[in-house]
Amino acid sequence: MFLLSFLIIPIVAAIALLFIKQEKIAKDIAIVASVASLTAAVNIILNTVAGIDITWIQVLNSRFVLQADGLAKILILLTAISFPAIFMATSKNNVANKNTQLSLMLFTQAGLMGVFLAGDALLFYFFWELALIPVYFLCSIWGGEKRIAVTFKFFIYTFLGSLFMLIGIIMVYMHTQDHSFSLAAFKHANLSSGQQMTVFALFFIAFAIKMPIFPLHTWQPDAYDQAPTSVTMVLSAVMVKMGLYGVIRWLLPLFPTAFVAHANMVVTLSVIGVLYASFIAIRQDNIKKLIAYSSIAHIGLMSAAIFSQTEIGMQGVLIQLFSHGINVLGLWIIADIIEQQTGTTSLALMGGMAKKQPTLAILLVAFSFANIALPLTNAFVGEFLMFNSLFQFNIWAAAFAGVSVILAAIYSLNMVQKVAYGELSEHMQKMTINKPAQAVLIVLIVIVFVTGVYPQPLFELTKDTLQQLFVK
Amino acid sequence: MNAIIVSALLGVLLMFSSWGFKSERLQKNIALVGLLVLIVANLAQLNGWYVLDMDTKGMLSFSRFGLYANTLLFAITFLYVWINAEEIDQIGHQSADFYALFFFILCGASILTSFDNLLMLFIGIEILSIPLYILTGADKKNLLSNEASLKYFLMGSFSTGILLLGITLIYGANGSFHLNAPLIVPSKGFAIEQYLLSAGLILIFAAMNFKVSAAPFHFWTPDVYDGAPTVFTSFMATIVKAAGFFAFISVFHAQAKALGHSWELILSFVIVATLLVGNIVAVFQKSVKRMLSYSSIAQAGFMLFALYGVSDFANEGILLYAVVYSLATIGLFAVLVKMKDYSFEAFNGLAKANPLLAFMTTLFLLSLAGIPLTGGFFAKYYMLNAILTAGAGLWIVIVAILFAAVSVYYYFKLIQAMYFVEGQPAIHELPKSYTYKLLVLAVVLIILGILPNLLFNYLYF
Repeated sequence: MFLLSFLIIPIVAAIALLFIKQEKIAKDIAIVASVASLTAAVNIILNTVAGIDITWIQVLNSRFVLQADGLAKILILLTAISFPAIFMATSKNNVANKNTQLSLMLFTQAGLMGVFLAGDALLFYFFWELALIPVYFLCSIWGGEKRIAVTFKFFIYTFLGSLFMLIGIIMVYMHTQDHSFSLAAFKHANLSSGQQMTVFALFFIAFAIKMPIFPLHTWQPDAYDQAPTSVTMVLSAVMVKMGLYGVIRWLLPLFPTAFVAHANMVVTLSVIGVLYASFIAIRQDNIKKLIAYSSIAHIGLMSAAIFSQTEIGMQGVLIQLFSHGINVLGLWIIADIIEQQTGTTSLALMGGMAKKQPTLAILLVAFSFANIALPLTNAFVGEFLMFNSLFQFNIWAAAFAGVSVILAAIYSLNMVQKVAYGELSEHMQKMTINKPAQAVLIVLIVIVFVTGVYPQPLFELTKDTLQQLFVK
Repeated sequence: MNAIIVSALLGVLLMFSSWGFKSERLQKNIALVGLLVLIVANLAQLNGWYVLDMDTKGMLSFSRFGLYANTLLFAITFLYVWINAEEIDQIGHQSADFYALFFFILCGASILTSFDNLLMLFIGIEILSIPLYILTGADKKNLLSNEASLKYFLMGSFSTGILLLGITLIYGANGSFHLNAPLIVPSKGFAIEQYLLSAGLILIFAAMNFKVSAAPFHFWTPDVYDGAPTVFTSFMATIVKAAGFFAFISVFHAQAKALGHSWELILSFVIVATLLVGNIVAVFQKSVKRMLSYSSIAQAGFMLFALYGVSDFANEGILLYAVVYSLATIGLFAVLVKMKDYSFEAFNGLAKANPLLAFMTTLFLLSLAGIPLTGGFFAKYYMLNAILTAGAGLWIVIVAILFAAVSVYYYFKLIQAMYFVEGQPAIHELPKSYTYKLLVLAVVLIILGILPNLLFNYLYF
């Protein structure tokens, strides 16, 4: 029953926050609750914890199944680290109705945890949608100027995608032997190869929109730009992982034939997306959009690596799921500090931060290195494995995707240069130290380098998933 | 049988109660107690306790499904009256008259859930419809209400005529009004009976589509729903529609196979047309009340899925859909009657002014849109499952979900007005208790959204 705590802690705290008036106490509750989740996450990693299996909807034979394997654990850990980090880093930001905002954030956390833990297709779908609703409100209430239209686009996109997945779930369900929604039953469903193709497409649309894969990505840069930064952090660090998670957990084991058949197409689309997003990132003047496009490029690479179908590539993806989350979280926190204090997101108006805030500048440089995946940083390990796998799949795919590393260096270093160096700009004069955010950044950078130099614990953690996927 | 007799008696009782009791509060309480008595009487029969049993010569047959559907309809009516009593009082002179009409409608509904004979279908539809014409025109001084009533009456009579013609043709084919009568096939020669039967069924299909406001027989719906007093629109769009669907299903689950493959074709056409008209036109509405009437057409499109084939999913699904849709719609209309005007702008800033009310309105809307954690999700789920189990093509389901995504657009327009637009909501003063009454609906919707099987367990045990 321990896994239930990942749902109960955030939900209870979220409900409590709705009734609390003082902002100070609300912040404390949110941080305490998210740290409690983190402790629980560490606990399931260190000790083996039994899964949960309770009857849920008897007539449908759907069960409330929560289980944690390596894949789930690494994403739970990422989620559990992200939320306290976000709460602390943004604790100084002034927003109206902070309690409600924190409460909705915690509901999102519960939804995300549910997605990663669910071992029953219907339950998975349930959480998949639930994670979306609070985000819709968060973005529409606290977002930027164009928030309502942009968030709505984001919502309709993802909602439509998940409806396609729902049809897919029903179709597989009808072909399971014991008419149940469990992962095992889904794996052994009697689908002809034609049916596999159809159902694969239905599932894939949902995941592709969430990741997002070119050409279904158009919701993302706007949504990242317009969402309040704390939500952008959740979106890009954790929420996009839902799509990748779905592919690894559901698509790959369930529809192996269709998976192989579609591999070329998906890898091609992903690589196009990687290059496309990288080129746009180079041209961006808005720091938030730059990070958003950079994130699309990295996710595209992961999706290409999954579909290259080698064990080594999958290992890379499993690690990169975590590493990308940490890196992008670091970049967003820095972007948020700059935006909050200087009131601008335009790179042209920045410059000279190193003179005013040397520590922050060093951190920015370090996270940018991680974003480029230089050796010693965590992203290097994952990306190296992923490129290796792509190379085995198709040399051209690897070559084109490899260009993205150079492009990543161009836009990341360009950003560093414009933000941190050069003449001290008028806007940068306003920078002051933000201690909690800096403390969070330092913790994150420690994670970046520790897992970059010694990634073995992450390999150990995801070993069982890899075995299930590749050793038959 | 209990329900039919008790509801008719209660109707008569309430008709005359305004002689004895002048207080409107008392009349409301009599109606509520009457509804409880009705529920108890119906449950008694469900548990095998026949008080008022009589031989109906095979005109009626009481299945567990039908009786359970009755119970649900009565319970929803109870919630409806409990929430809306004050509003009902404000229309016309004697609210007891309206309560009496409700009971007659429920009597018609109980016949529609238990008929085994097409004549009883006709009688049930008539008993159900005539009080509705009166309710639509209840706001006598309002021209729109009069117009709606007249329109509804004319169109309604016309559709009843078509229904009767269909029944006659089937009688010509079968030589019987019985729902499950075997077709008389002549040993040799031209089987005109087959054609009569098909023609009859298609006419009944058209008439029933009219009753549940499915396209292309929906044209009366927006005007009538818009013109009728809002409280009664709420009743018409929910309980009456649900009863219509129960009848629709029992006719076509029994008879549709006579139409062969053309049945699937005709039904698919109607489903797609209904989803198209309902959803697309709802997007462009400026008035929330009109948006809700188009949304009610769109929701009928989803409910039609249950007709595609006979399965447990279809039966359970239509019950769940009817309940969830009714609760959410009653909730929305209950908020709407308290608004000073029915435009979307009237809801601006409601979240600040009355957070609890805005939250519940959101929940009702999410349920209609079919978002998880609300009953609406499982209702839609069951429908999709039902039609796929019945062997429908994937295309129709994809069309349905595309329109479900469209429906999010207009439901969320209201959410956006409440939460994201600053403004002063044009809402009347609400007593605290009113909000709490709506909370009951919201809680039931959430419970059904987590454990939908609570609703069906009773169907089997």
